[in-house]
Amino acid sequence: MIEIKNISKRFGRFTALDRLNISMAPGECIALIGPNGCGKTTLIKSILGMVLPQEGSIRFDGKEISRDISYRRQIGYMPQIGRYPENMTIGQVIEMIKNIRSDQTELDLDLYRKFEIEKMLHKKMRTLSGGTTQKVSATLAFMFHSKVLILDEPTAGLDPVASEILKEKINEAKREGRLVLITSHLLSELEGIVSEVIFMQEGKVILHKSVEDLRRHTGQETIAKSIVHLLKAEAV
Amino acid sequence: MNRILKYVALDIFKNRIVIAYMVMLALFSWSAFSLEDNATKGTLTVLNILLLAVPLMSVLFAAIYVYNSSEFIELLVSQPIGRSKIWIALFTGLSLALVLAYIVGAGIPLLVFADTGTAIMMIVSGSLLTIIFVAVAFLCSILTRDKARGIGISIMVWLYFALLFDGLVLFLFFQFADYPIEKIVVGLSALSPVDMCRILVLLRLDVSAMLGMTGAIFKDNFGSSWGLLLSFGMMMVWIIIPFVISLRKFMKKDL
Repeated sequence: MIEIKNISKRFGRFTALDRLNISMAPGECIALIGPNGCGKTTLIKSILGMVLPQEGSIRFDGKEISRDISYRRQIGYMPQIGRYPENMTIGQVIEMIKNIRSDQTELDLDLYRKFEIEKMLHKKMRTLSGGTTQKVSATLAFMFHSKVLILDEPTAGLDPVASEILKEKINEAKREGRLVLITSHLLSELEGIVSEVIFMQEGKVILHKSVEDLRRHTGQETIAKSIVHLLKAEAV
Repeated sequence: MNRILKYVALDIFKNRIVIAYMVMLALFSWSAFSLEDNATKGTLTVLNILLLAVPLMSVLFAAIYVYNSSEFIELLVSQPIGRSKIWIALFTGLSLALVLAYIVGAGIPLLVFADTGTAIMMIVSGSLLTIIFVAVAFLCSILTRDKARGIGISIMVWLYFALLFDGLVLFLFFQFADYPIEKIVVGLSALSPVDMCRILVLLRLDVSAMLGMTGAIFKDNFGSSWGLLLSFGMMMVWIIIPFVISLRKFMKKDL
């Protein structure tokens, strides 16, 4: 579904992505992990067309993404920090995004209901807490039945209840055969959700394995332990 | 583009700073006209305030708004909508809201007190000045990622056009007073939208005593409708060039 071939991105002297190759298929739920500054965000932004890599190609359903922006109709994106214009109300933000994607008629209002967004429609974005803003971002990401979901630190800032609701929604998306890409620092949060793990370091993919393989290979129970085990083994 | 424009313009017009700007303009204008017994004097006072306040507010507010919207711009870019549409919608939204604030704040008292021709001239040239400095702010804010530096550049640009430029022209004029450089000075004043705006209004008012050095020469050369057309054309160029450069840079920018 998404084919990334040999992409490189340099910011001045700093190499954020170094001839990276990844292939992602529908139905996968991929955890993108790695230390700070390893290129996770740059990778996500490249897929979304926010960052333009100097080399390589990214194909979405076989089409080069730099040629045509319409592939973004298939993507629901939840940013790590959602900051919206101060004086817009929640209702206006939702309405605006709906307008941009006007051709998609049937909406997924599951999160909209569960997060009780309806009661807050008139509230201005500037008055919202970080968690509520995240709820709005999550609602927008899931609203359009997108085939691909890209979630950047989705549970950061959410209260435990909201976090569970979101995780349940992610699982549902996975069952429906959609591709979900999640970045997170909290590996424990990803337990039971993800099916694949991509570990990045210094702009390169160090490891791309399914969770089962990872467990079998390392003999550890959790993703976190497996990763630590692998890193230690490599250091030795 | 319209799909975003409506919401952006509404957001900016509800901004407290824009409302405060509108109220300040109204207070200044109404009091300037009430204090002076002569409408022409009142117009001149208002003109001098506007030539300082309008560019400053436009360039600063627009630059800050663009920087503060960076995450919002990212979110929009992740949607199925072209980058140029996003940038144009932001530009149009900011221009619309600030022009509206200017017209409500300063335009209404001008229409009430000054003669209609002068009032319309001031409203049109002030609106153009607003849009010019919004375009300049867009250019400044795309040049650097750093917010403080971008705002710094914006203030420098304002300082240059609002205060330094006329001084420089005057300096040149005295230095080369023995040579026939009038034509060159006329050309030079086209390089500053603030001066152009001043000249346009003063030519209408017909108060040569109040003309700056640039304006005095302008009157001989451009006192005609031809000159008027040329000046407005030049102001349009001042909007288009900075904005188009910023748009091109935005198309290739890493967000």
